[in-house]
Amino acid sequence: MRRLLVTVCLISTFLTGVAQAELDIVITEGIKRRPIAIVPFGWQGSSQNIPLDVADVISADLTRSGRFAPIPRDDMLQKPTSGVDMDFDDWSILGVEAVVVGRVTQTGDDAYSVQFQLFDVFGRDQLVGYRMPASSSTMRRVAHRAADMIYEKLTGIAGVFDTKVAYVTAEERRNGRLYSLIVSDQDGENEYKIMESNDPIMSPAWSPDSRRLAYVSFEGNRSSIFIQTLRTGNRLQVSSKPGINGAPAFSPDGRKLVLTLGGVDGNLDIHVLDVNSRQSKRITTHRAIDTEGSWSPDGRYIYFTSDRSGGPQIYRVSANGGTPERVTFEGSYNARPRLSPDGSKLAMVHLDRGNYRIAVMDVERKDLLVLSAGSQDESPSFAPNSDTLIYATRTGRNGVLESVTADGLIRQRLASGQGDVREPVWSPFQRF
Amino acid sequence: MSPYKILVVSLSFALLAGCASQDIPDPDRDDSVYGSEDGANTDGMGGSGLGDGEAIDYDPTGGELTNIIYFEFDSSELRPDDADVVARHAMQLANSSHLSVRLEGHADERGSREYNIGLGERRSQTVRRLLLIQGASASQISTVSFGEERPAAMGSDEDSWAQNRRVEIKYTN
Repeated sequence: MRRLLVTVCLISTFLTGVAQAELDIVITEGIKRRPIAIVPFGWQGSSQNIPLDVADVISADLTRSGRFAPIPRDDMLQKPTSGVDMDFDDWSILGVEAVVVGRVTQTGDDAYSVQFQLFDVFGRDQLVGYRMPASSSTMRRVAHRAADMIYEKLTGIAGVFDTKVAYVTAEERRNGRLYSLIVSDQDGENEYKIMESNDPIMSPAWSPDSRRLAYVSFEGNRSSIFIQTLRTGNRLQVSSKPGINGAPAFSPDGRKLVLTLGGVDGNLDIHVLDVNSRQSKRITTHRAIDTEGSWSPDGRYIYFTSDRSGGPQIYRVSANGGTPERVTFEGSYNARPRLSPDGSKLAMVHLDRGNYRIAVMDVERKDLLVLSAGSQDESPSFAPNSDTLIYATRTGRNGVLESVTADGLIRQRLASGQGDVREPVWSPFQRF
Repeated sequence: MSPYKILVVSLSFALLAGCASQDIPDPDRDDSVYGSEDGANTDGMGGSGLGDGEAIDYDPTGGELTNIIYFEFDSSELRPDDADVVARHAMQLANSSHLSVRLEGHADERGSREYNIGLGERRSQTVRRLLLIQGASASQISTVSFGEERPAAMGSDEDSWAQNRRVEIKYTN
């Protein structure tokens, strides 16, 4: 029996490795998952099979949101591929609220047209219909885009299936630790290693146009900040002053970086660097640790961590400098502030009865909600729709990624990457 | 200096960009960004079959004097015994102006990573100030903080954390 179990584990591990990156929904509480049908897409083209099971990608996206329960294909009484073939009574019987139908049509050598329609079963009406061009290499992204439109129509919340996540991994190798900076789709697919080093890599940060990443590298046993263009792999060293160069974050207009400099005397302060001119301006001057700066979405304020009052707390200061004001008062440890893109919520690492957890503070009402349940949770980062966050937690020795809705109701673990995974950052909406 | 290598791998968004731009026109789009040239693919010495080897730090004390100083939780104060250790390193530096050290500060894994960089640096600076007071010159000392990024012990327990809250004094020539 024991041997059988081991075998099963090995097989499932193997399948995870070669098939889709696996996502387990860990907790779904207080949410009724809405029944929906994603009918397999029709296919019209030169080959036998559809190049990508588009319906499966959409179905996986909607399942992963925690808000929908797509019905199994075998339960479907009909499998229409366009709205004219819909029999609403068949779907009413199954109790589904909405039906997605679509098809892929080959239009050239490696050119396709992907179309889908979303129907409201109760209202017997089309909610959205769209046609998009695709190639074999872009079809997965087109499917995510369709899922985004469907999700927004059904929930009123912008979908983030067509976005990316960057994170750092550390793996133990025979001759030391290997650090990698990875960019993947938000569902864990299409992992690209954009940089690797035997020295630590830290604090990746997206540019607002999601074309570049800033990060800290310790190559040569000193810290420097680089900005790397994702498409080309070219990178620019933008800060390598004596002492600490850390915690970069792009301004909303993408022209500046807030960063932490320590200098030879090791007094960490917040600075703002103009990326083009390389002129930098010191924003804080306190002898305490001031670090982890990030911008308010309107660009007016910089939120940062400071232990000027003893333990670390979150402060904010005008982006032009001035007197900082303290923002957090609940608990002895609040660090790594990140504002939601809509400006309404402030995420942080919060010491909660001995556990470092992700918490979100309502900016207006000031109340704090603890969202995660680990003991070493860190690096919260908002999705561009302000509805969901990604962060790192621990299982045993390794870091893994989790996502949670800002109301704390839907929390999931993401299986991704090799080794110790940390510092996830969610990309902005992909505008290109 | 320990060996390092960097690999920059291209991440090609070009194909995606070509597709998506058809359904959502981007007024800010800069066409020059969508060229077809391949990205840089800089590989260090990986793949040559040679092992990376291991750096050997120069220790002028011949290993007689420890070069790791440990700290209490949330503290950058030296323990009394370690003040003597630092004093002997300071004497070493004061007597040999050609020597220089890099002070590598570290923190345990708890809490936020960049804040831990600050805690590691605070520990490096404690050692640096003592070295300076006791005759070393500023040009002989550089500091770096690795925060929680380079733990000496991998466990998540008090014992490992105690081993990780440290400053390593590394002679660089």
